Amino acid sequence: MLRRTITASDLESPGQLAELLDREAYLAGEGLATAAFLALRMGRPLFLEGEAGVGKTELARTLAAVLDAPLIRLQCYEGLDGPQVLYDWDFARQLLHLKAAEAGGVTDAARLEGEVYDRRFLIARPLLRALETRPCVLLIDEIDRADVEFEAILLEVLSDFAISIPELGTIRAQEPPVVVLTSNRTREVHDALKRRCLYHWLEHPSFEQEVAILLRRLPGCSETLAEQVAKAAGRLREAGLVKPPGIAESLDWTEALLTLGARELDPGLAAATLGALLKHREDHETVLANGFFGEPRG
Amino acid sequence: MTAGELVTVMTGFARTLRAAGVPADHERTQNMMRALSHLDAARPGDVYWAGRLTLCASADDLPRYDRVFHAYFGGLRAGRARPAAVVVTRHTALLSRETGAVEEERPALSAGASATEVLRHRDVARMSAAELAEAHRLLALLRAPRERRESRLFRPSRRGRLDARRTIREALRRGGETARLRYRAHRTRPRRVVLLVDVSGSMTPYADTLLRLAHALVRSEPRATEAFSAGTRLTRLTAELRHRDPGTAMDAVSRAVPDWSGGTRLGEELRRLLTLGDARGATVVIASDGWERGDVSLLAAEMARLSRTAHRVIWVNPHKGQPGYQPLTAGMRAALPYVDDFVAGHSLAAFEELAGLLAGPYARRPREGRPG
Repeated sequence: MLRRTITASDLESPGQLAELLDREAYLAGEGLATAAFLALRMGRPLFLEGEAGVGKTELARTLAAVLDAPLIRLQCYEGLDGPQVLYDWDFARQLLHLKAAEAGGVTDAARLEGEVYDRRFLIARPLLRALETRPCVLLIDEIDRADVEFEAILLEVLSDFAISIPELGTIRAQEPPVVVLTSNRTREVHDALKRRCLYHWLEHPSFEQEVAILLRRLPGCSETLAEQVAKAAGRLREAGLVKPPGIAESLDWTEALLTLGARELDPGLAAATLGALLKHREDHETVLANGFFGEPRG
Repeated sequence: MTAGELVTVMTGFARTLRAAGVPADHERTQNMMRALSHLDAARPGDVYWAGRLTLCASADDLPRYDRVFHAYFGGLRAGRARPAAVVVTRHTALLSRETGAVEEERPALSAGASATEVLRHRDVARMSAAELAEAHRLLALLRAPRERRESRLFRPSRRGRLDARRTIREALRRGGETARLRYRAHRTRPRRVVLLVDVSGSMTPYADTLLRLAHALVRSEPRATEAFSAGTRLTRLTAELRHRDPGTAMDAVSRAVPDWSGGTRLGEELRRLLTLGDARGATVVIASDGWERGDVSLLAAEMARLSRTAHRVIWVNPHKGQPGYQPLTAGMRAALPYVDDFVAGHSLAAFEELAGLLAGPYARRPREGRPG
């Protein structure tokens, strides 16, 4: 089948988008497919919230693959500020230019200023790059890690899809990028930002979904193993652990089991590969002490 | 259904949601209608998702949304998605009240410095209604500045790193000559405080005053304070406490707290707090008598995690102010090894001491107005 580029306006229904995501090995439920469909059709950012490892970041990656567009990723952290996310001037080159002009005997300040603040001395950071790349998917990952001040910057950009540079003028996106924001909900993001977005709470997958995802992503995985892993992961999510495993962890775990040549889950293998599933010492102790996977053989 | 009828039905739905506490305002309602125009309004699933994606703003809204959707649209199938809820277990009638003499009448206060001084050191559980009102008035005036820590953001400075941006600007103003280098240094910002107020039965004589303390702390640094009530269910109260007026704030708080005078499951609530992530790098203040009804070993384990995650852990126990107090409750004993500061929380003087701790060791005394 010929592969042609798909744009937002080609999409007819959430179901169709779910099918396209499926082709890229991403299984989206009805809610997530509808959310992504509306984000594309309405040109609104999608705000995905949910526990770690439920596939928030992966959705942005897959959307980029479906739309055959580059993914521009902005990983948030504390202290992120304008010059790091919007644009910055290339000071070293500006200084060199000034020195060169000085050596050439140019002293006209107005002319120099015009030359120094030229687009070629401007370094585009992720947000500006996203406005200038068409089409693209902009992933603003873990926004809850950034400071509150950063949300104000983001609000401005996501409202008009434009960035004003005092020395240069306003740079506006000809076509708004597809924006996906993710949050692990370590703090509440400001309501003003949320109301610009479609809000979706992403849950852990159901047993059937998890089995389907494991089989879809790991071709070497047997149905028995997928069911056993999904069942164990589901039970662990109810076990009151410090960090319940997400679908990302059950995928890692299954891959670890497959690497060891497992066709079925047994207590010894489970204990040996537990580090792929649970990342806290306390959780290992809880699970092993309670004989969660049964007694190891031998 | 005609387009007009659809609008009527959907705005009615949004109104019902607003009444239930979901922030489905006018702008969000319009977004819902826009979303619905891209979907099939005859399909219950599409209506459900169009509303949920546009009208809800937080995982906390989802159970309410589902409930209202069910009630409003009757038998239509609602989604099953719902974030994991904290199990609420009520332990009423298990605990006896500590003191019966809260409402004991005392002669009205005579205004004056000495009366205030006496009041400052008196246990709030032993005050008359008039004294308590005066104490709360003084408490509302408490200012608690925070210890500063270095931010990642920069400000112009005489020393520090080279500030290329300002250096270039300067050079341009001088016609391209880089005569003087400019520098920048890190800004500072207040260290966050996360306050947990135990509102269980055994804390009844102090809970109201401690929540007023929470109000004073939130008002002092609204952007660097998070307050929660703890009992059987951790509840975030920061928004309620932002009201300027203490009375209004307290009314909002009493509506928001779901578990007044129940039992205490501090271990589980600390786990919840650690999951929320507010504690990371913050000064965590726990105001409780340590009457743990849950598993004490869980409390110890979560306190250990908290002490590794938080910048500092301060435990405020109102009973510590009583002469001859010994930390004998099992919960208190389990928690103490992980506490950096163990302070009393029974009087205005004790609260001032706490405010001093939050200001940090290098706090300057507030300036008495600037010259000029």
